[in-house]
Amino acid sequence: MKRSLGLLLATSLIATSLIGCGESSSSESAQTAGNGDVIKIGVFEPKTGENGSGGAQEELGIEFAHSVRPTVTVGGKEYTIELDWQDNQSDKTVAATAAQKLISDGCVGVIGGYGSGTCIAAGSYFSDAMIPAIGTSCTNTNVTLGNDYYFRVCYLDPFQGTVMADWAIDQGYTEIATIDNIGNEYTSGLVQTFKDEYEAKGGTIVTAETFQTNESDFKAILTNIKNSGVKAVFAPTDYVYAPLLLNQAADLGLEVQWIAGDTWNNPVLTEDAGDNAEGVVLDCFYAEGGNEEFDAAFKEWINSESKYLEANLGTDNIIGNQAMCYDAYMVMCDAIESANSLDGTAIRDALASITVEDGVIGGTVVFDENGDAKKNTTYVLEVKDKAFTFVEEVTHGE
Amino acid sequence: MQKIKLTNKTIFNIACVAIVVILLGYLQATEIENSYAITIIERSCIYAVAAVSMNLMIGFTGQFSLGTAGFMCLGAYITGIFTMPIEIRDQVYYLYGMVSFIHNIQVPLVVALLISGVIGAIIAFLIGWPVLRLKSDYLAIATLGFSEIVRAVLGWDGLGKITNASYGLSNIPAFSSIFQAVIICGVCIALMLLMINSSYGRAFKAVRDDDIAAEAMGINLFKTKQLAFVVSSFFATVAGGLMAVFLRSAATSTFTVALTYNILLMVVIGGIGSVSGSVLGAFLITAGQEWLRFLDKEYYIGSFKVPFTRTGFRMVIFSVLLMLFVLFWNKGIMGSKEFSFDWFKNIYISIKRRIRRKNNA
Amino acid sequence: MTISYFFQQLLNGLSLGGAYALIAIGYTMVYGILRMINFAHGDVFMMAGYFAIYSMAAFPWQLSLPIVIIGTIVLGVVIERIAYKPLRTAPRMSVMISAIGVSYFLENLANYLFTAMPQSYPQIDILKQIHTFGDITVSRVTIIAPIITIVLTFLLMTLVNHTKLGMAMRACSKDQDTARIMGIKVDRVITMTFVIGCGLAAIGSILYFTDRNTVQPYSGSLPGLKCFVAAVLGGIGSIPGAMVGGFIVGICQIAITAAGYSVFSDAFTFVLLIFILIIRPTGIFGEKATDKV
Repeated sequence: MKRSLGLLLATSLIATSLIGCGESSSSESAQTAGNGDVIKIGVFEPKTGENGSGGAQEELGIEFAHSVRPTVTVGGKEYTIELDWQDNQSDKTVAATAAQKLISDGCVGVIGGYGSGTCIAAGSYFSDAMIPAIGTSCTNTNVTLGNDYYFRVCYLDPFQGTVMADWAIDQGYTEIATIDNIGNEYTSGLVQTFKDEYEAKGGTIVTAETFQTNESDFKAILTNIKNSGVKAVFAPTDYVYAPLLLNQAADLGLEVQWIAGDTWNNPVLTEDAGDNAEGVVLDCFYAEGGNEEFDAAFKEWINSESKYLEANLGTDNIIGNQAMCYDAYMVMCDAIESANSLDGTAIRDALASITVEDGVIGGTVVFDENGDAKKNTTYVLEVKDKAFTFVEEVTHGE
Repeated sequence: MQKIKLTNKTIFNIACVAIVVILLGYLQATEIENSYAITIIERSCIYAVAAVSMNLMIGFTGQFSLGTAGFMCLGAYITGIFTMPIEIRDQVYYLYGMVSFIHNIQVPLVVALLISGVIGAIIAFLIGWPVLRLKSDYLAIATLGFSEIVRAVLGWDGLGKITNASYGLSNIPAFSSIFQAVIICGVCIALMLLMINSSYGRAFKAVRDDDIAAEAMGINLFKTKQLAFVVSSFFATVAGGLMAVFLRSAATSTFTVALTYNILLMVVIGGIGSVSGSVLGAFLITAGQEWLRFLDKEYYIGSFKVPFTRTGFRMVIFSVLLMLFVLFWNKGIMGSKEFSFDWFKNIYISIKRRIRRKNNA
Repeated sequence: MTISYFFQQLLNGLSLGGAYALIAIGYTMVYGILRMINFAHGDVFMMAGYFAIYSMAAFPWQLSLPIVIIGTIVLGVVIERIAYKPLRTAPRMSVMISAIGVSYFLENLANYLFTAMPQSYPQIDILKQIHTFGDITVSRVTIIAPIITIVLTFLLMTLVNHTKLGMAMRACSKDQDTARIMGIKVDRVITMTFVIGCGLAAIGSILYFTDRNTVQPYSGSLPGLKCFVAAVLGGIGSIPGAMVGGFIVGICQIAITAAGYSVFSDAFTFVLLIFILIIRPTGIFGEKATDKV
């Protein structure tokens, strides 16, 4: 009895595997059959894991851009763009698998993603397969450095760190504490550049606290910060840690000016931290109001379907990342058309020399020799009455 | 010179190898279209090495050791450090800067794997001294703890100049071809199989079945356990190194307790005490997890949404299947038997017999 | 280091330790009777966190707290019935594998039902009130956690030492077969052990998550292992031992994080474990402790 049950289990396991196999191979053949006028653009975003909700929001930006521009024309022939969604689960290991899946699906280009660590992990796969990728909000220098096929439309950590350090100095905070997430390229890179600029401008970092990924108990380090007596804290962590830090700081009676990076520009902050989020200052890629036309169209699109609204955490607020996604998609399409080819190398070459002025939201996109868009503008926001309100536009260098 | 006898068995074995080689050759030739299949096969092979190494401890020596992920983590970092291209190192270590004495050492993959295996074995030898004196549950939790300690040490920023802490290593050169991965894994598994079938292996089994009787037979209990632990850790570390090459990166976040559990479940499904079972388990679980991906998507038939299928459903189904295995068929697919020609022959004969019986009736 | 800083950190450690202690008691009781590490206990604790999120969304907190506790107990008993009971005569390794399987299942189930995104834990105002003593500011739950833990531990010890059920538990832990011959319904005793263990885990989960504001599918796995270490540290099978072990582990974790070695905060617990197993395998309270459940 037991034996037959076991055999049944084994066969069911194998059978489901085979069905799955059949299913995937049939879909692949369908794709090759329809290759005549459909091309695939890969979307490399985290849908689950710690950056899941950020990735889901970025996807909205890409999907909206896709709805605006569903086709490209190459060699006089119109191709329909199909988006190939792969979830990198905010995990470097899965990122490699997801990247390979995109490659084997035959994507002509890739857009994404949220979180520098996963992008760095996937980057070498894209360059080996000679598929160009455009980063949306991965701000770490190493994403594009030494990788000819990775481009990005957003600014970089050194720029962002410099701006926030200058802001802190301008506000008169000469002593500050930093919170770094060991193992997170984004946070560590930003803390490093912040430190360099801040100390060069004469500020002192009184205490540099660290924590490990997936930590949920920040009381010990927050008590250290409270004990150090600083008036401001720079904590450019992933957004999941933001409400934890703010709420636990409130529990401990730690009243400081919180300064963060672009990741905190996420509704989770105002929703989960509530009143404790008031006064937080952060920078972002794009602030609502920068392009009224885009704002209106995007809001209308989000409100058109409940699932979009749900993915955007129930609001129609636009976060900077979505504008970057929109831009990345548009730049990719422009590059394909300007290359007039579906070949990865040709598109890469087109990207390297492209200048996109029209149809992008976050300012003109021109890539430098590393593949980074030359951006020198950021928007400083402050949380007021549970909303991100625009404080100032900062232009730096060049 | 001995004449090789062409029995059915040898023919069968040669045929099997030939089929595998042809299949792999085909995949290699069509690398780009089949990169996904290649990924799955390589991943399965690496898990198979890890699973067999775990089975060596759990299934053959009867010691419930759960330190596999820790050793794999160690192997991943060491292999990564020694195989990463020199010109890219400064870029990877941009936060800490790499220490000069290993900065310019780059060795071929096999050498790097051997180095990591040896280091893993030495560490196993050292921690085996206190840990292996513990009994079942305590051993399990102590080795689990050990694996967390390894992860913490490798992720410690104090060692950042060597390990790059938990930012991990990237740009590790990939396998040159699928053959390289499969052959290295095959050699590892074959070595463990040889060990199991040697007199050492019989000593392992004696300790597993009855440690008091084994001791009475003159087997040194502690030394035997330690040997098994050292060998098992050697191969677990090598598997970790292979994993790093496969992923082209190494980071502590990959090698959590969950990875150990995953490998344990491969061992259990395949059959505790069966090498071929572990290999089969590794392939079934890895491939199954990939193929069941269709359960993670949402489907609509017209406007009707197919219930249940959405992100995460695959793993639920998978864990239910696993639980059913554990509860109702805890011997696993292979039990403690091995996959061989005879196994096929027996199945063939029993099917034939049944058909005959049916025909007669 | 000022005195107020020291006390603030000590309070952080005590409140964490209190939650750990309540979970550790579950481990110690199950181990005492079944001689197995209930690897799924940490995940039951995590599920209790989700129960609280969903019940608090629908009911006022006075009503949802009992719902959470009952829900967790039901979950624990169901797990015992389905996954552990059929394996009562099986080798210990099979039971342990089954427990790991349940843990794997619960994590994946939570991932499916509640998504992998961390969900914010509802705030019970009465627990979140903030008190200020000089330089020290704490929320009420931080003070309450250790007190609740100590009170519950004493109640439980009374139960074990002075009631019929407690006597049956002690008998089962000494020798199940003899206990059965003496007319004790061993299965009922085991069920009761899970009821108590999971009930305490539910209370522990409320204290733990209220302080930490967020629940995700994997938030139970590492605390679970640490609490087992706490149980071993105190002497497995000993209830006061589990409590003391829980506090030690909690305070050590805070101390190490405060010293800037957050990377070792988890690993240290296991160093402690290996150390204690070599020096004194019976734990602090050892075999001599009479409250062996």
